[in-house]
Amino acid sequence: MAKKQLVTLKVNGREREAAVEPRLLLVHFIRESLQLTGTHIGCDTSHCGACTVVLNGKTVKSCTMFAVQADGAEILTVEGLASSAGQLHALQEGFKQEHGLQCGFCTPGMLMSSYALLHNNPNPSEEEIRRGISGNLCRCTGYQNIVGAVQYAAAKMAKAASEASVAEGVAK
Amino acid sequence: MIPPAFEYLRPKTIPEAITLLQQHGEDAKILSGGQSLIPMMKLRIARPGYLIDINRISGLSYIKEEDGFLKIGGLTREAELEASPLIRSKYPILIDTTHVIADPQVRNLATVAGNLAHGDPANDHPATMLALDAQVVATGSRGERVIPIEEFFLSLFSTALQPDEILTEIRIPLALPHSGGAYFKLERKVGDFATAAVAAQLTLDSSGAVQKVGIGLTNVGPTPIKVQKAENFLRGKKLDEANIRQVAQLAADDAQPSSDLRGPAEYKKGLIKELAKRALARAAERAGK
Repeated sequence: MAKKQLVTLKVNGREREAAVEPRLLLVHFIRESLQLTGTHIGCDTSHCGACTVVLNGKTVKSCTMFAVQADGAEILTVEGLASSAGQLHALQEGFKQEHGLQCGFCTPGMLMSSYALLHNNPNPSEEEIRRGISGNLCRCTGYQNIVGAVQYAAAKMAKAASEASVAEGVAK
Repeated sequence: MIPPAFEYLRPKTIPEAITLLQQHGEDAKILSGGQSLIPMMKLRIARPGYLIDINRISGLSYIKEEDGFLKIGGLTREAELEASPLIRSKYPILIDTTHVIADPQVRNLATVAGNLAHGDPANDHPATMLALDAQVVATGSRGERVIPIEEFFLSLFSTALQPDEILTEIRIPLALPHSGGAYFKLERKVGDFATAAVAAQLTLDSSGAVQKVGIGLTNVGPTPIKVQKAENFLRGKKLDEANIRQVAQLAADDAQPSSDLRGPAEYKKGLIKELAKRALARAAERAGK
């Protein structure tokens, strides 16, 4: 077995450190070393996207990266979406309200891809949403309600953003 | 699936990376995007003893026009290509191509250079680079050398890169007036490799005849294919329906597809013919602007 290497990274805002074999996949590090099992392994062939996390602001398939590559990085997993007070992220609320899941297996990946999509494009068209989640496969829903969930979240986040800027204006 | 154990090395500079490649020879592989290599390692098809991660080397990620070429750095990600205003406005064939490579997550890490260096005939950029008459810069222990793209793809998963060389830059001739290109790919689903695909790049002269033409084929042979007979036929001719039909047929004749889960060989040949017609028509449309 190869010598272990130290990796230090921020996961959902917390500094984490571990000695890992180079061949340890990032998804296994997240699920087993960090015990964050929200990130799922769906296919093991880099197709399904159930393992999607946000790394340094970009979505990546954590099954197609080694943990050692993430040394020094900032990672957001599905566990990091809700606020520390337990309030659901607009996307989580959207998936709930719009029935954007059935078995829920693809859902963490869908949430992370949608999170990144809305971060880069707060007002996506339906086509842009479908393209944004094209790296995430769902066997249950037929994607329609997933699109609806993302649209719900986009609307909610836009409303919150405009209310915040109005409040800011009033405060000034 | 879990890869066999390997040593992981992370050089800070290209010379450091080259030294490591020299030290470990064929037992080492460069890790850039890893989106082709890591899946192969997980299947244990690729079993490098040493992985040389070049992702932290600075100065390798750029898209710029300089000295008569569009230059794309060795670590430029597909997502960066897709988002580049320069590429979107002047090199739509590259947008066509990067658009159909895998999916958003893969495109965040996958590099354009890696798409070439991996030597997989199913990858999309090779055909486009053949159509564009591109060059690649290989940096190794003996310095830099420029390799014309027609000499780059040797056989399945085998390129002209020496064991101690890294593909550090891709050079594409600057977009000329009255030029246009397009890439048409048929895939079973988003993110799939091509059932077949065609890249076509044209430059028209003042009378509307074809001055320069490049046509590349994806996944219909052990390497990407530059269909020279088809190109030679079209050079100097007008792009009327009869000529397009003839050149598309010549392109299909030179395809060497295998029958597999994506379809029978005859079907793929027919597909090449149809995709060639569409790629040429779109290229001509873009050249006309």
